[in-house]
Amino acid sequence: MNALDLLRFAWGALKGHRLRTALTLLGMAIGVGAVILLTALGEGARGYVTNEFMALGSNLLIVLPGKTETTGNAPILGGTTRPLTLEDCEAITRRVPRVRRLAPLSVGSARVGYRERRRQVTVLGSTPELLPVRHLQIGIGRFLPDVELDRGAPVAVIGRTVQSELFGSENPLGQPIRIGDWRFRVVGVMAAKGQSLGLNMDDVVIVPVSSALRLFNQPSLFRILIEVGAHSEIDAARREVMTVLKERHDGEEDVTVLTQDSVLGAFNRILGALTLALAGIAAISLSVAGIGIMNVMLVSVSERTPEVGLLKALGAPPRQILRVFLVEAVLLSAAGGLLGLLTGYVGSVILSQTFPALPAHPPTWAVISALAVSLAAGALFGVLPARRAARLDPVLALAGR
Amino acid sequence: MIELRGLSRHFQVGDQVVRALQDINLAIPDGDYLALMGPSGSGKSTLLHILGCLDRPTTGRYVLDGREVGSLPEDELAEVRSRKIGFVFQFFHLIPRLTAAENVELPMVLAGIPPAERRERVAKALRAVGLTDRAAHRPDQLSGGQRQRVAIARATVMGPSILLADEPTGNLDRASGHEIIELIERMNREGLTLVVVTHDPEIGGRARRILKLVDGRISSDGKAA
Ligand SMILES: Nc1ncnc2c1ncn2[C@@H]1O[C@H](COP(=O)(O)OP(=O)(O)OP(=O)(O)O)[C@@H](O)[C@H]1O
Ligand SMILES: [Mg+2]
Repeated sequence: MNALDLLRFAWGALKGHRLRTALTLLGMAIGVGAVILLTALGEGARGYVTNEFMALGSNLLIVLPGKTETTGNAPILGGTTRPLTLEDCEAITRRVPRVRRLAPLSVGSARVGYRERRRQVTVLGSTPELLPVRHLQIGIGRFLPDVELDRGAPVAVIGRTVQSELFGSENPLGQPIRIGDWRFRVVGVMAAKGQSLGLNMDDVVIVPVSSALRLFNQPSLFRILIEVGAHSEIDAARREVMTVLKERHDGEEDVTVLTQDSVLGAFNRILGALTLALAGIAAISLSVAGIGIMNVMLVSVSERTPEVGLLKALGAPPRQILRVFLVEAVLLSAAGGLLGLLTGYVGSVILSQTFPALPAHPPTWAVISALAVSLAAGALFGVLPARRAARLDPVLALAGR
Repeated sequence: MIELRGLSRHFQVGDQVVRALQDINLAIPDGDYLALMGPSGSGKSTLLHILGCLDRPTTGRYVLDGREVGSLPEDELAEVRSRKIGFVFQFFHLIPRLTAAENVELPMVLAGIPPAERRERVAKALRAVGLTDRAAHRPDQLSGGQRQRVAIARATVMGPSILLADEPTGNLDRASGHEIIELIERMNREGLTLVVVTHDPEIGGRARRILKLVDGRISSDGKAA
């Protein structure tokens, strides 16, 4: 029996039970489709986070107060021991020549008002360096003035949302606003930026860092953002920054210095595990589909017992009977797999078009392994029924027993 | 040439042994026409299955064309069935999803005969049973007699030397039963060894030789009256 005849025979047998075949196909298609769609989702989440961090630039160091337990993993912050201060910033700038730019960052939330209008917004305290370090752009006016670190100035740069909420169509430049109990003058408006690292950059007010520290009565900075000259210098810079801060903090390593690589690596690991977990869940539905195939094939064998007897009477040896039923099972699973591939792809295209920020492409390994597993499931779960058929006694089988 | 020597077939049912065939000695020369008769349960079908290599004797020898086949492994038995034996059953045993032509083609498909040759031989076999115009019909679109003729075309398409028929008219009315018998008798005249199991004395009487089984033993073997 040649391959084409085998396929035609198996196909004919499957076509004879349209509904049963369709339902089994559906089971396999759901299994494969689920693997593809869910891994696409996981990969999409990973791509999203990666893009966010890539936007930071790869030669960025982030210093935060407090010591993390392990290096390299996601930071778990311990109790803040010593504050990160503006003097720390000055020391780093002075003693670590690899540092190209440094932007201290203080963060708080305050009520901002202009005339009768008020709005609760996130207030960032920083320096002019924040602009290049975070790849921000000024829309109109100027950014923060280049004053000495510890000298505040009553000026503020506002985000686009803040502008439209407080000023409407009025020109905000030069206008006085209140932040908490303090008065500031608007000198600039940021260009629209949108969400960045979990913060809506359009809904912020940026003031000089020492003003922010005073405003919030904070002893410590929230972060110090450091940009080095080149990506290759990042590890050396990290060590040097660490040394300077350790010295200044009485020999204790009570700060954490993160690199983009380490943060990205941590997220990649977490989200990679998430993708695997999703794939695992989907794989369960694949194996359920495999058992479905086995079930259908067992029913098929017992229904077609006289046919098996006939094939034997016509001269088919056991291995040929085995092949006929195996091909049928594999045909079922392969067709189901292809159908699932199609729906999985269509699903992930719809997904990534509905949420453009989520680059939901199914990873190649998932596609290939889902198809391979579906084929293997057909073969594996088809073996038992096929062997049962091959071993039937021809006389009893002809009699339908 | 078929030779059975001291052949018996026992079935183990629970702790009981059913002796379906006992000490059968029989020679069937090529081209013979034999009717197997006897009461129900006397072992006719069992004997036919052994002759067709669908079943093996418990003891004794079965020599087919000079070769001991009673103890061959399953794969070689299948080969013998494919090349030398044609079966016709009481219940036709056509595959319902296949057309008449496809049913006739099946033994050649299983034997791996190339498609061009298959088409030719299917056409010839269908012509021989007078069903050329029904080639594309499915079994449920055919009458009982037509179905049995498709089964005969299928049984002979591989060019076997032996045609075994187990009550081939058992499910047919008189007229179509008669046609079927005439058809297979014609094939016997062309050289095919024919063994027919039947309850019908009229059909049995047409055979060259009647073998009567009682309780698994040959009770008489001779020319038709
Ligand atoms: N697979 C089997 N297991 C047990 N006993 C069997 C088996 N096949 C046949 N027999 C027994 O062997 C004996 C002969 O059966 P067989 O089918 O050959 O009879 P038969 O002459 O063809 O009868 P009928 O005219 O009713 O078809 C019977 O007693 C039957 O019960
Ligand atoms: Mg019988």
